[in-house]
Amino acid sequence: MAEVSLRKVVKRYDEVEAVRGIDLDIADHEFVVLVGPSGCGKSTTLRMIAGLEDISDGDIMIGGDVVNDVPPKDRDIAMVFQNYALYPHMTVAENMSFGLRLKHYPKAEIKTRVAEAARMLDITDLIDRKPKQLSGGQRQRVAMGRAIVRNPKVFLFDEPLSNLDAKLRVQMRIEIKKVHQKVRTTTVYVTHDQVEAMTLADRVVVMNHGRIEQIGTPNELYHKPATRFVASFIGSPAMNFVPCRLEDVGGRMHIRLTDRLAFPVPPARAARYQAVLRTDKLLLGIRPEHITEARQHLEPGVEPFDAVLDVTEPMGMETLVYFTLDGTQICGRVNPNAGAQDGAPLRLAVDLNNIHLLNEVTGVVL
Amino acid sequence: MSAITIDKAGPTRKVKYGSMSRDRAWALRWSYFFLVLFAIFSLTPPLYMLITSLKSSAEISAATNPWWVYHPTLENYIGLLTSNQFLRFFWNSAWVSIFVVTITMLISVPAAFALARMKFWGSATLATGVFLTYLIPDTLLFIPLFKMFALVGDWTGIQLINRWYVLLFIYPTLTVPFCTWIMIGYFASIPKELDEAAIIDGASWFQTLTRIFIPVALPGLIAATIFAFTVSWAQFLYPLVFTTSTDQLVLPVGIITTLIKGDVFNWGQIMTGALLGAAPPLIIYAFLMDYYIAGLTAGATKG
Repeated sequence: MAEVSLRKVVKRYDEVEAVRGIDLDIADHEFVVLVGPSGCGKSTTLRMIAGLEDISDGDIMIGGDVVNDVPPKDRDIAMVFQNYALYPHMTVAENMSFGLRLKHYPKAEIKTRVAEAARMLDITDLIDRKPKQLSGGQRQRVAMGRAIVRNPKVFLFDEPLSNLDAKLRVQMRIEIKKVHQKVRTTTVYVTHDQVEAMTLADRVVVMNHGRIEQIGTPNELYHKPATRFVASFIGSPAMNFVPCRLEDVGGRMHIRLTDRLAFPVPPARAARYQAVLRTDKLLLGIRPEHITEARQHLEPGVEPFDAVLDVTEPMGMETLVYFTLDGTQICGRVNPNAGAQDGAPLRLAVDLNNIHLLNEVTGVVL
Repeated sequence: MSAITIDKAGPTRKVKYGSMSRDRAWALRWSYFFLVLFAIFSLTPPLYMLITSLKSSAEISAATNPWWVYHPTLENYIGLLTSNQFLRFFWNSAWVSIFVVTITMLISVPAAFALARMKFWGSATLATGVFLTYLIPDTLLFIPLFKMFALVGDWTGIQLINRWYVLLFIYPTLTVPFCTWIMIGYFASIPKELDEAAIIDGASWFQTLTRIFIPVALPGLIAATIFAFTVSWAQFLYPLVFTTSTDQLVLPVGIITTLIKGDVFNWGQIMTGALLGAAPPLIIYAFLMDYYIAGLTAGATKG
């Protein structure tokens, strides 16, 4: 087990920079998820840690040692691939023990390690089967088993659940978390699915265009996004963004969304936004759960307004409502009994204690 | 607008259920027709060989129905199989083929692995180059090759011409490019993650080749082996040019040089020799047919 550090890591392919200077410190036992849209450089970063890609610039350290020029087999890492990459001509047991057999471990130890990993992953019955006789979920378990038996310093997962159907994905997600709780191996996990990132990670690294946008715990990213990209990428349905400006009305700061719609900013927030009072290009970011039906007694900072709903989406435990403000579509989440109907007006309330104010030009959350 | 009216008229045609199976039945009938035609076409010569090989020389030259054996005899078979000369040809062919197959596989499997997987400077060009060499016909190459071996003999004193083992240098020029090409296609169809997984598991390039690629690509490997064997077993032009002494000849050349004396064709023994010569590839095909087909089709879909 070991910590992993990346120092100004760059990957260049001819003219294109896929990864543009990444700094990242992963603590021992930590589960870190790299998340971002396709082409953001997350897989390339993982492959550089694995040693499958050369590093164009910077340093990668595993357990304190710079491994830039260390071949993959000497980095003491194990990797789980999206398409499982099981050896088709070997049984499950042979697949799992391949690495150990190459390193000439004693047969008895190989056997106990394989048996132990198989028991942990609940694949003991499948041990003599060939990969083609297994289902997708079973194959992914074997691929994880192959990583576990090696007892490496670092686990690397490259979108391991993308080939599974939605139900199995949720199940395997829990499985991966359980395994990590048991073996506590430092893990770097790549996914494009923000739900996977949020549910699995101790810390999430959000990447975009080859750079790190933000590093933080799932809750930090959700509640305190640093940039517009993070704010819109994390959370489903995504955060709403509305052009706005700040106004001083009778000594109290108001946030104006349209000519007819402005809300007073709660005092705690107002102090923070004082510096940008005069800035033109501002965006209000607000998550759908902070736009709800207006209740009888409104909490401080919660302001009511009227809207005509375009579309409603009943989800069972809640109903998603969509309406437009000056051409911008807004999504809110209301109680299924609030009487939301397509095309009907509804009195909604916005929780201004949970707003985010962004600079529209730089995308920075203020 | 007109297109829409035509669309509307479309469904008025009565839908025939089961038309798919009727189509299929007709397709099958045609397939069988052409398959039978082709089978007759390609099986007639061997059948004629078999019939002729069972006749005595007298019966062959007699004006009887050539498609019927009136006095079947094994004298041609006995004559050939007890002739040291014929057995010599047979063994020469066998040794040449076995060695050529071994040499070919030892060269083309690692070469294909390197060209398919180890991306190095010029590997793509080299892979195309390998294929291009295969396109040069042997009828163009035998004269320069003969000159080369003659020069080697002049300069070093090592006489290779008119020795059966000279063929071990020559045949691979035919088999290596093709087998390399088949294996490149086959190796390329193996997912990249498989060798990455092996490398991370601690395998060297050589171990990745021997423990992952060769077992996974076994059908392709067998297809390539059969090809190399067939080519070296059936090769005619090169041995005709490079070997002349009767104790150095391989089967195809041996049959025509010893059984055709001037304008006298010993048809019975020629046919028998050809049939016996066709037996080893036939036996190999029969045993490895399934692998061979799997190998060829994989090559077909993958470049």
